[in-house]
Amino acid sequence: MMRIAEALEAFKPHRGDALVVPGRGGRYWVDLTTDQKMDVPLGDPAMGGHAGFALGLALAQPNRRVVLFDSEGDILMSLGILTTIAEQVPANFYHFLLDNEVYATTGGQPVPNAKNVAYDKMALAAGYPRAHAFEEIGDLSREIGGILSRPGPVFVALKVYPEVENQPIGQRRRWNTRSRDQVLADLKSSLR
Amino acid sequence: MNDAQAAALSPETVLRHMKDNGVTDVVWLPDSETNWLYLLMQAESSLRLVGVSREGHACSIAAGLFAGGRKPLILIQNTGMMESGDSIRGWLLGLNVPVVLMVGYRGWTRHGVTTDTAATYTERFLMAFGLNYYLVESDADASRITVAFEEAARTQRPVVVLVGDEYHGFNR
Repeated sequence: MMRIAEALEAFKPHRGDALVVPGRGGRYWVDLTTDQKMDVPLGDPAMGGHAGFALGLALAQPNRRVVLFDSEGDILMSLGILTTIAEQVPANFYHFLLDNEVYATTGGQPVPNAKNVAYDKMALAAGYPRAHAFEEIGDLSREIGGILSRPGPVFVALKVYPEVENQPIGQRRRWNTRSRDQVLADLKSSLR
Repeated sequence: MNDAQAAALSPETVLRHMKDNGVTDVVWLPDSETNWLYLLMQAESSLRLVGVSREGHACSIAAGLFAGGRKPLILIQNTGMMESGDSIRGWLLGLNVPVVLMVGYRGWTRHGVTTDTAATYTERFLMAFGLNYYLVESDADASRITVAFEEAARTQRPVVVLVGDEYHGFNR
């Protein structure tokens, strides 16, 4: 397994001018990014929707890479979105999955059948042309540049350590320095 | 054209309103009576169709399309709209997405004797979410589609068009 921050560190040098939807990785990415206005950290508007949002963004901006850091809890709520993404075949879409096997924001309860789900194979079965799975940071670091240099859509499942939040939601550190309105306004101004 | 056809909402009319209002993408899940509209949309080169397998996906996809500068329309049935409650809350209302949802009003009878609970709860659902809506039953009132687009743009909120002609309008 790897830490989420390690996975994001491995991605960082390959970002280029990609739009990044950090999803559940947002609280780590906010400390790593060097191009905040091209980030779309929305927190959790409604669980299960990050992949749909990132797909829409990728379809709207076909000349920019869109990199999503999704989670297994989100994707399990919306498995059908994989077929929509595969049908649209967005060549600029890079779908990373942070799989910690638990619902980390609610105390670390396991997701259903947590240790036996092959998300990369699910993506392939849904029609993604390419998919990968990594458990070790060294393997990801070695391969990520090649993955991002080829056209999407591609699915990359990452086994990450559960970093469980046990504090009541209202007492947690607010990692996002911008409101959602500001995030979207910054994005629009960057895309002009 | 017979009286029934004259009183119907034609798919050509719906498509014309989409184009007149600059729709770029239709995010949709077909319901039982929209095949003719589907064929027309498919033949319309200015529209991209994004098919979903669950209506809630349409909300997050539409939010992403809007964030990226496009003008999506959501085309679903009332049953799926109710299924999508949390996505409407979080992705459309939460992100102030000015999108029009055209919603097939399954069970709509006009006379109040409603046997389909899909219709029973449709307008109650919309009121609970504070979503403004317009009922369109025929070509004669199709101009409300444009009213909905104008309102969405002005208020930066989703607006619903209930299509109360589900059982014959789209399905010649």
